[in-house]
Order: sequence, then structure tokens, then C-alpha cells
Amino acid sequence: MASEDSPLWMLLDEGQQMLASTAAQFLSKSAPVGRLRELPRAPGADGFSRALWAEMAELGWLGLQIPEAHGGLGLGFFDLAIVLEASGQTLMPEPFVSTLLLGAQALLLGGTDAQRARYLPGVADGSRLLALAYDERGMRGDLSRLRASATREADGFTLRGVKPHALDAHVADAIVVAARVEPGDAIGLFIVPRDAAGLAIEREQRMDLLNAATVRLDAVRVGEDAVVGPLETSEALLSAVLDRARIGLSAQMLGAMERAFEMTVAYLKERVQFGVPIGSFQALQHRAARLFIEIALARSSVLAAARAVDDRPAEVPRLAALAKAKCGEAFWQVAAEAIQMHGGIGMTAEHDIGFYFKRAQAAEVMFGDGATQRRRWAEACGY
Amino acid sequence: MSEAPPLTEFRDEIRAWLEANAPASLRGTSPCGPFDGYWGGKKHPPVDPDVLRWRDLCLERGLTAPTWPKAYGGAGLDRDHAVVFYEELRAMGLPRPVVGFGFAMIGPTLLEFGNEAQKREHLPRICAGEIRWCQGYSEPNAGSDLANVQMRAVRDGDHFVVDGQKVWTSHADKSDWIFCLVRTDPTAKKQRGISFLLVDMDTPGVTPREIELISGSSPFCETFFEGVRVPLGNVVGEVNSGWTVAKALLGHERSMIGQSIGRAPGSGQRELVAKARHHLGAAEGPLPDPLLRDAIAHNGMDEEAFQLTLARLAQTREAGASPGSESSILKIAATEMKQRRYTLGMRIAGEEGLGWTDDGFDAQDVDFTRGWLRSRANTIEGGSSEIQLNIIAKRVLGLPDGK
Repeated sequence: MASEDSPLWMLLDEGQQMLASTAAQFLSKSAPVGRLRELPRAPGADGFSRALWAEMAELGWLGLQIPEAHGGLGLGFFDLAIVLEASGQTLMPEPFVSTLLLGAQALLLGGTDAQRARYLPGVADGSRLLALAYDERGMRGDLSRLRASATREADGFTLRGVKPHALDAHVADAIVVAARVEPGDAIGLFIVPRDAAGLAIEREQRMDLLNAATVRLDAVRVGEDAVVGPLETSEALLSAVLDRARIGLSAQMLGAMERAFEMTVAYLKERVQFGVPIGSFQALQHRAARLFIEIALARSSVLAAARAVDDRPAEVPRLAALAKAKCGEAFWQVAAEAIQMHGGIGMTAEHDIGFYFKRAQAAEVMFGDGATQRRRWAEACGY
Repeated sequence: MSEAPPLTEFRDEIRAWLEANAPASLRGTSPCGPFDGYWGGKKHPPVDPDVLRWRDLCLERGLTAPTWPKAYGGAGLDRDHAVVFYEELRAMGLPRPVVGFGFAMIGPTLLEFGNEAQKREHLPRICAGEIRWCQGYSEPNAGSDLANVQMRAVRDGDHFVVDGQKVWTSHADKSDWIFCLVRTDPTAKKQRGISFLLVDMDTPGVTPREIELISGSSPFCETFFEGVRVPLGNVVGEVNSGWTVAKALLGHERSMIGQSIGRAPGSGQRELVAKARHHLGAAEGPLPDPLLRDAIAHNGMDEEAFQLTLARLAQTREAGASPGSESSILKIAATEMKQRRYTLGMRIAGEEGLGWTDDGFDAQDVDFTRGWLRSRANTIEGGSSEIQLNIIAKRVLGLPDGK
């Protein structure tokens, strides 16, 4: 149920406003959405720009939320969400979600001191990329159906299983793997270095131009020191990590829908038919106005959820579901209307707006679709 | 402008005063919205003496209209102090001492546009809840196209003679005075020939008649004017410049509507869940109908996203900035959400929602059904959804006018 406390503070302070405008300006210039056409998709290619990633590390953006002891700036998740929103505007395929949200959050929330010291400084300076491999074919995020196994050995575990669609696993230096511990029933998280024997990674090609790979674990041996978070609480840890990913992805979706909407409103003003700009037709004006309403509501959900990570952890599961569901719906609606309002040109590969439509569908189904979020919300609200 | 103490001190002072004085019978009875309180007027039916005692207590301190100047019966507080006062009322569940269109609409408009005589005549009587006001804006041919008002006011010596008809005048039958838009120059273009006129409802020739709505209730009237003589001194602002005054008043109306749409967080969802548990016979656990559960969650999420947006805009104002373009979404978002909530409630009630009276039905379900019917007006009154969308499209998005 809704909190009785005063509402979460949703405004950006002066420094955060500056961060938002700097990030938006910088990324619009150095990462225009059109580059999605050129980023190499051939096997072996990264599918994103390592140079740009390094530049963002220079600017401090990759370590915003990482503690100073590990080479970061020690700011909040809210600050990270600001950069994520900016990165969403041009649909950047750089490994934000995999490295900063999934990998780094798992270590921040559950990693041992040694694991943090080993990986986080590299995340902050851009030299290390991380990934999380948890979902399986047919599992759809339902952890009770997770089949990958971690067999207990005298000196560690042997991992077996297949994990498709693991974001950025093709470039990750280490992959956090979710597997069911045998004997027993607990789900454990294990951090596996990329060069581990028995680990095979096959690059996938996605329509939305995010990068992902299928991770095959064929008797991969890891030591006790690979366990992330005590085994007894790994499942809760995984849920918390996924909630943060939902919120961070929602911030990117917010940026994306804002930009797609801007492009569409601009087009309505410039495209002339019947001797007038099509934006003078009320049929289109009202539909555009409805998109504006949906975006404003989605924005509040994202800002509140991101703030909750820093200030009210107990509210995170409910607000993560809210942000993901609202953004999923709004982004999809904006992107679909964007294509319709652009008309024929919007259907061409030459125009950028199609990228937004593809990403809207991808983002809607990642980390649980709208119906899944509403089920989680209802559970959190006691019905 | 205010001589009031700092906010925290003021809050303590108000709280102590309320603790000591507010009638016990009224505590915990009201959400303290802009429509929750004593509507006043000479035609008010007999009322609990505590309501009048509460009004008198506040009136003595100027607190029935906290931000109005003391000279006119207010307390001369600034906006922040007034907010603190209402927060404390809300915290104790107390109704507002006086509510209505006098306090919320014509009062602030007179403060801005009225002359000294008008302020002295009307404002103290609004503060006291002595006079109830209604709004004479819409006409049969002037709804969304408000500037098309046709009701004539023709000058005759030191009076105007008014002939015509107003419609959707809320509670005209219970009101003592009406503020009207009248056409004083039929030759001028639309907005140019309109004047803003105050009319005593007791003047011969004024006849309100109730309109029955599909919900069975009659919150609105049509009001007829036949040879109604109104002193020239009752024009607010200049003759033929009433449109400016009219627009300012619409701003106050929007603000009143804006205040009325804040509800207790999560209350809509709680109501729907309780309704579903009742009608589905599921006292606890997950609701047995997954489609209904999904629909309730959808509505609950919409409600939360809206509440958060209200809070975000309030925070923006608190931080001293203008909430800007996003406040234009509130009216349409709130009213459409309310309609979806009622529609879902009707789906939950099924045939139990078909009652008109409690013969064969639960009174609670009947009330809900009538509320559902009434809610259909919410997207029409106070600026229809289509007008709201026009405003967003043109003023916020800057889309061009049609030919």
C-alpha cells in the first residue's frame, strides 16, 4: 500500500540539473541515434563504442554511484538514473544495464569485500564490463522454474546450464550466473570470469540493437570465493538487483520516449499536407496531447522509484513495478504513434524513428512485461 | 505583507488553538477538500449548531478566508501560512469553516478586479458564509465556446436590463447571488462585447429551474432572466471588458478543481479491492479473478502515478519554481482516471450494481452506481477533456491553429 510518509522528493538539485543537461548535450552530439545503423553487427564486433565508454568513465559517469573507496564518486542511484535517462534519449547500446545495473548492483548489494575490490574500480574507470545471466528459455523471469545447476564440490561448485539473452555477455569480463544449488533448493549467484574453462558465449543479433549473448555453462568450476551474497539470501539479492535494473531501464525508457515524442511534435509542425502543417489537424493534436500526459505520469514514476532506492528501500519493489509498467505502456504508445504520425517515412530504415519502436517492444518485455509488473504490484499491495 | 509568525511557530499556534477550540463532533469527519465544509447562504437548510460554532470561531480570527485582507474579513496571511492552516485542519479531519464559489471563485476575482464598494459589500458576507454564490457562465449555445454568450444586458438609465438564459448553473436554486457573463455590445466581436455582472438572485425576473441528471441528482440548474434590472454599479471591471475578468475567474475555478482532485494516496485502490473482496467472496489472499486483479492493479498504478505527479508539481512550487506546462494535464488525467475507477467498480459489482434504490440492492452499491453515472460529467464540466487537449496541444506543444 502507499506510504503514509510524505511523498518521495522527485526534484533534481542544482548539481543534478547540471549533470542532466551536460549528459544530454554530450550524448546527443557524440552518440546520435543514427549511429545504430553503422555500429558493426558482424560476429566479433562489440556493437557499441568502447571509446565512448572510456570517455564517459573520464567524466565520472560510470562510477557515479560506486563508493569512493572503489574509485567512484559515492553519489546516489538517483544520480545514476539521471545519466541513464540521457543515455536513453539516443538509445545508446553501451553496456549501462549489464555493467552498471545488473553486475555492479549485485556486487554493491551482495559482493564480498574482495569481489568489490576486484571488480568495482574497473567498472568505474571503464576497463571492466560485467553481465548477469539469470533467465532461461521458458522461464520468463519465474525463479521457481530456473534449471541451471550449481553442484556443490569439496572446494567450490560446478555450474551447468544455458542462459540465453544475457545482455552484453559477449564483451563482459565477468558474468554473474544464477543457478540452483545442489543438493538443496536455494538459488545462488556466482561470479564467473570470462576465461573460465567450460564457459561458451555466443553472440545474438537483436532487432532493437541492444547486444546480448547466449551463455553456456558446461561444467564450469568455480571456488567458494565466486559466491555473491550468502547463499541463503541470494534469491532476495537477485530480486533486489532486478528491481534496480527495472528502475534504471525505466529511466532509459523515459529518455527514449521523450526524444521520440520531440521528434514527432517537430514533424507535425513541419510536414505540410493539404497546404497546412499536419499538426494543425485536431485529430493529431489531441493524440499528441495524450502522449504528453502519459509521459508526465511516467516521469513521476521513474523519479520516485529512483529516489526510493536511495531513501526508502522498503518501497523499491512496488515502485520498480510501477515505473516499469508505466514506462512500458507509455514508451510503446509514444513509439507506435510516432511511426503513425510520421507516415510512410517512419516505416523506412532510413528514418531514425523506427529504432524507437523496436526498442519500445524490447524494453517492454525485459525484466518482466506490464502484466508481470502488475501482478508483482498486486502482491506487494496485498491482493 | 504578512505580520504572521514564522511557519513552524504558526503551525504550533494553530494546532494548539484547534486542539482547544475545534468542536469535538467535527473532528475526524472531513477530508477538508475545497468542497468539504459549510456552503452557507440564506437558503441553507437547518444545520448542526457545531458547524455554525466552528464557522464563528474561525471567522473571528479571519480564518474562513485566511489569505484575504483583514479589512474584508480575512486574516491577511500569505499563501504558505494558509497552506499550514489547511494542513492542520486536514490532520485533524476538520471541515473547512466556509466553502463555495464565493470563497473560491468570485472572492479572489473581486480582490483583483472589484472596486472598493464591491469589495466592502460582498467580501465580508462571503467570509461569514452569509451569501452563497453561483456561476452564470454557460448558455445553451455557449459551452466549450464560452465567448459565444448571448444573454443581453441593455442599459436603461443607471441600470442594465438583462434578458436571456444561463445553463449548468451549479446550485442556482440554493444560491443568493450569481456572477454572470452578459453581452453588452452585440456589434463587437465575440470576446470584446462581454461584461461581468453581479446579480442578486432575489431580483424580480430571475428564475432557476433544476436539471435532473442521469444519476438522478440535480446539482445544476438552468436559470432564466426576464427583464431583470441590475444596477450599473454591479459591473466588475469595465463595461465590455468582462472577458479578462472571466478568464481570471476560470483560473480560480481550475485551482479549486485542482485542489479537489487530491485524494488520500491509494484510497481508490483500497476501495476497489474491498469491493472485489465483497462481491467475489474472497476475504483474503490473491483475488480469485486474475483479469480483475490485473485491472485493479492497472488502476492502482495509474492512481499512484497521478498522486506522484501532483506531489512533484507541489514540490516544484515549494522549491520556488513554476510547475509549468505539466500542470495542464491534471484536470483531464484526474477525471478520466476517476471514470475508469468507477467503470471498473461497476464491472466488479456486476448485477449488484444495477440498483436504482435500495429495494433489492445494497445502499452502498446504489450510491456507487449513482456516483458512476455522475462521474461521466467530470470530463465535460469545468473545461471538457477536448478543451484540455486543445490547451496542451496549442499552449504546451505549440502546435499550429487550423485554417
